[in-house]
Amino acid sequence: MYFFRRRVDSIDMRPAPSPVANLQAKAQTGIAGFDEITDGGLPHGRTTLLLGGPGSGKTIFGLQFLAHGAQRCKEPGIFVAFEETSDRIVANAASFGWKLDELRRSKLHFIDAQPSPDLVQSGTFDLSGMLAALEAKANQMGARRIVFDALDIVLALLPDAAAKRREIYRLHEWLLNRDLTGVITAKWGGDEASSFSTQPFGFMQFMVDCAVILTHTMVHGVSHRNLRVQKYRGSSFDENESPIVIGRTGLEIATAPALDRLHAKVSNERVSSGIQRLDTMLGGGFYRGASVLITGFPGTAKTTLSGAFAEAACERGERTLFVSFDSDSNEVVRDLASVGIRLQRFIKTGQLLMASARTISGSSETYLVRIKSIAKEHGARCLVIDPVSTWSRSGNDHSAHGVGERLIDWAKAEGITMVCTSLLDEMASQEAGGSSQQISSLADTWIHLSYLVQAGERNRGLSIIKSRGTAHSNQERELILSDAGVTLTDTYTAGGEVLMGTMRWEKESAERVAHEVTEVAAKLKRVRLDAEEAELGVRVKSLQVELHAKQVENALLARTTATRLGEVSRGRTRLRELRGADATIPETK
Amino acid sequence: MSRRGLLKFRLFVAGEALNSTQAVTNLTAICRDYLPDRHEIEIVDVFREPLRALAEGILMTPTLVKLAPSPTRKIVGTLSHIEPVLLALGLKGAA
Repeated sequence: MYFFRRRVDSIDMRPAPSPVANLQAKAQTGIAGFDEITDGGLPHGRTTLLLGGPGSGKTIFGLQFLAHGAQRCKEPGIFVAFEETSDRIVANAASFGWKLDELRRSKLHFIDAQPSPDLVQSGTFDLSGMLAALEAKANQMGARRIVFDALDIVLALLPDAAAKRREIYRLHEWLLNRDLTGVITAKWGGDEASSFSTQPFGFMQFMVDCAVILTHTMVHGVSHRNLRVQKYRGSSFDENESPIVIGRTGLEIATAPALDRLHAKVSNERVSSGIQRLDTMLGGGFYRGASVLITGFPGTAKTTLSGAFAEAACERGERTLFVSFDSDSNEVVRDLASVGIRLQRFIKTGQLLMASARTISGSSETYLVRIKSIAKEHGARCLVIDPVSTWSRSGNDHSAHGVGERLIDWAKAEGITMVCTSLLDEMASQEAGGSSQQISSLADTWIHLSYLVQAGERNRGLSIIKSRGTAHSNQERELILSDAGVTLTDTYTAGGEVLMGTMRWEKESAERVAHEVTEVAAKLKRVRLDAEEAELGVRVKSLQVELHAKQVENALLARTTATRLGEVSRGRTRLRELRGADATIPETK
Repeated sequence: MSRRGLLKFRLFVAGEALNSTQAVTNLTAICRDYLPDRHEIEIVDVFREPLRALAEGILMTPTLVKLAPSPTRKIVGTLSHIEPVLLALGLKGAA
């Protein structure tokens, strides 16, 4: 009537392969960041338990692991779907671009294993039927990876904890003996303390070689996803919780780059800030690949400065991404056009991409991942984020800080010159102080914009707080916006006070008037002096003439005198002659 | 007995696993008690024909599939609790 064939050895309990043999073997997951955290991926030929609440990304993790294996690692895989039908899973994952439909033909097999709702139970049962079927399939297609999605669904059918444990154990042993790299996902409340002993997965966590926990929480109404590797036998791993994001190409895990992985391309090339005088102040402009932070209160022209940078970048022919958090990108373009920064032409050519990040909702991680992927797609060489301080609003400051760090690290690694603006709290100290997210300490150049309220007006001031590796001006400049563009002018200091705006203008015009007055006075004086000089010359001449006359007169007088004396003596001689006196006296004197 | 009420079964078992042998025993007993001469049983060993089990979506063993009369029904387990089995097979009223 029926017969059995002895095949008990299929589920025997042979000892697991020696753990030393493939200690370092890792199965790449292709999940950005995860392979870094785990130093290469999931343990090859071992079982990984993936726990997480509903919607925490378990299925995506498993699917991405298989898709990557099938596409890149020549490791075909089987996906056992206990919860959703495989068609739905494939349809849901279609947007990630993993080409699942193509892979399904040979390298990726989906098994629909949803227990039918009208399934009747009578007495005990186990999973050996499924495992036998899987083994046949695995051998047929040479599968190296297998994912059991939502194992909890099947376990829920089992009557008691002992039966659950038995099936988990059976599954685990089966995986080990087949040397398949397995991922078992299961729903989990996430409350470690309570569920550790009560849930069968508590037991499973001890058994498996690697356990990964996914959490999905709301912080101030913003979704935060996190991933934590709870254990990983025989491998070092990052023990901290890392934020994850479901991005366009699947899961992405935000990791701080390890020390040895940060290879920033250091460049001595300068790029223009878009404002000539600012370039001069910076000794030639920003360094390529530098991260520039512009802080300031609302309305201090942060966006304008970053717009000028974007325009200059486009004019150099560099692809640029402008991410605006505050306002719609069309508004930004219009507003910037009013100060002579014309971006529309570059948007038309596709060189400049304006992204309004208000449409991206979610945690700061989401922002970062989206910006990264947009920048990558666009091939951006220059990036503007206006303002980066929005991030601290969404979610907690702590994560926003981490995101800021990673943003800068990423931009540096990519060699992207980045300008971030950061809104300072109006209530914060007027002095350039507490910049949000402490990006300021990481940024290479920090430009601070401020108001100077004086004589009933507000004027914009610009100063460079720091600029690494460049000599930079220590002076505050006045920032002037006009429809011709952005310019910087020197400020006046008078009596230890900085003058800007109309006061500077008044001062300037006052100086102009004063200058004119002195000039006129000098001219007048010169004329008068000339006149005096001329007069003196004339006098000198007349005196000389007089002198000459006197000399002539004097000479004449002398001659007359001599003549007269001669005449006198001659007269006397004549007289003597006439009187007949002795002629012994010489004739002439 | 007339062949009118013939029930066709396919029982998927996992080799000689204890629950599988129990299921075979229990099914035989049920058929003997309730369906004398009105049944056909095919036993499929998933270890011998794993791809067949896969094709039919058999995950757990033992699984009893009632093929005829329609609708088909699946019952998992050793069939040791007779009541739900009889209900599922329509051999006993819901009362």
